[in-house]
Amino acid sequence: MQLLEIVTAITERHPGIVRSEFRGQTRLLVPREEALDLLRALKEQFGFDLLVDLTCVDYLNYRDAVDRFGLVYLLANTGLLANTGSSQRLTVRVMLNDSALELPSVTGLWPGADWMEREVYDMFGIVFQGHPDLRRILLPDEFTGFPLRKDYPLQGRGERHNFPVITRGQA
Amino acid sequence: MPLTLASKAAADSQDYLWTLNFGPQHPATHTTLRLILKLDGERVVDAIPDIGYLHSGFEKIGEHLDFNQYVTVTDRMNYISPMANNVAWHQAVETLLGIELTPRCKYVRTIVSELARISDHLLSTGAMGLDVGAFTFFLYAFYQRERIYDIFESLCGARFTNSYTRVGGAMHDITPLVVEKIRDFLRTFPETLDDMERLVNRNRIFVDRMKGVGVLSREEAIAGSASGPVARASGVTRDLRKDEPYLAYSDFDFQVCCARAGDCFARYYVRMAEMRESLRIVSQAIENIPAGPINVAVGERTALPTKPQVYQTIEGTITHFELVMANRGFEVPHEEVYAAIESPNGELGFYVVGAGNDVAYRARCRPPSFIHFSLFPRLIRGHTLSDVVAVLGSLNIIAAELDR
Repeated sequence: MQLLEIVTAITERHPGIVRSEFRGQTRLLVPREEALDLLRALKEQFGFDLLVDLTCVDYLNYRDAVDRFGLVYLLANTGLLANTGSSQRLTVRVMLNDSALELPSVTGLWPGADWMEREVYDMFGIVFQGHPDLRRILLPDEFTGFPLRKDYPLQGRGERHNFPVITRGQA
Repeated sequence: MPLTLASKAAADSQDYLWTLNFGPQHPATHTTLRLILKLDGERVVDAIPDIGYLHSGFEKIGEHLDFNQYVTVTDRMNYISPMANNVAWHQAVETLLGIELTPRCKYVRTIVSELARISDHLLSTGAMGLDVGAFTFFLYAFYQRERIYDIFESLCGARFTNSYTRVGGAMHDITPLVVEKIRDFLRTFPETLDDMERLVNRNRIFVDRMKGVGVLSREEAIAGSASGPVARASGVTRDLRKDEPYLAYSDFDFQVCCARAGDCFARYYVRMAEMRESLRIVSQAIENIPAGPINVAVGERTALPTKPQVYQTIEGTITHFELVMANRGFEVPHEEVYAAIESPNGELGFYVVGAGNDVAYRARCRPPSFIHFSLFPRLIRGHTLSDVVAVLGSLNIIAAELDR
């Protein structure tokens, strides 16, 4: 199935989904309520078996931005499991706002999403419901901020000074 | 970290287990990462990776440095093949800006990314051998890496952190001296590669420690988002150089190297085979470098014009002036793109959001090491403690890329 046919089929079935294209890359902007259903359909019906990456963008000061956060799911169809042939890519974007920074986890669909969701939680504070082990991954557990948010300063807020210093004698 | 079991009853029922801290400073992790291993005798029951020791906020820095400055930071991600990171970063930026590179630049970038692949695979297979006791193998590999460093030094002045690419081109054009050095390398390196294969391919100790250890099935590899040699060793016939040809890869004759076993030996074997294919690509590219400029034309206003252009043409003067002014620079659309290359370690992509000026609004890196390391607990369960280093080596985890 060609990418164009897939996207047309999806936008007909879900009228709330906005489709856009830039430099040959097809993106779907999905309302958050439909996100999990759509991702499941993309995996199970349309053969997008590879979650290339899952990331987030904070649109705090972005021109013409309405919503605060945009989650980005980069999907690819390897064509290996379903033998569909060529490689296809599709970007799915879901917008979130401060009032509800939650989204269902996709670890059930792509187990590889485990650490990616943990990193987004660590850096942006977005909670993935149903994630098996949602902890900070790169930063220490005591860390209080979410450093990749745009309102977090480049040089930090002095969290490092609050970390306990262990001397050789105590250790 | 849930380093303790949830309840005392659960802890008592498993009191025969022994917890071992592996890292963060351990010679066999090669870099700074930590594993908490639960051992039953010598058998690994579970492994909990604890990462972040080298987290330096590279993605945050990417929102404050301009497109050309940030290339120095990408060097420090996967520092055993920095050229590939440079190419990946600027490919994403050029996709965002809609720049079509000159044919010469495409060839030169192809050559340097294939040389980077060889140097990466030399280190990863060499270190894999070192970890399981093949020291000579490692020395052979490292000597050849030095020669690739020499080539890069002649090309751009830096051996280790190259920062070679620029938006719309490269720092320097390739010179006859570099071409000669690459030809010399192409002539002599296959001999060393044969020696390396003869050293360990049928070595009883090496094979016994590699075969059947850390098996990753094809379905697990795809579900776990694996890419590159790790996925190809499990039978995933996916290679961006063939599937989504970028740069000049569609011009060359080469094969995608795959294996079916999915164990450490398959990952080692795929890397060794890929080096030969990389040599084929470089030897085809080096003899067919197109003539012409390496940077895009002055009209694109991204790469600094040459000095004769600056002094003799008005367009050159204006472009040079605007590019060095802090408040001028590129015009970037308010858009977002993802572009990826087949880096030595797997799919290395950047998700770049443009915001009008020459600084990225968001510079997300899709690091292959991060994704491969999340597969580690699944690979090591049921194997012995000594297999930890073999599996770790075969995944080629680079902590600087893992933590960024």
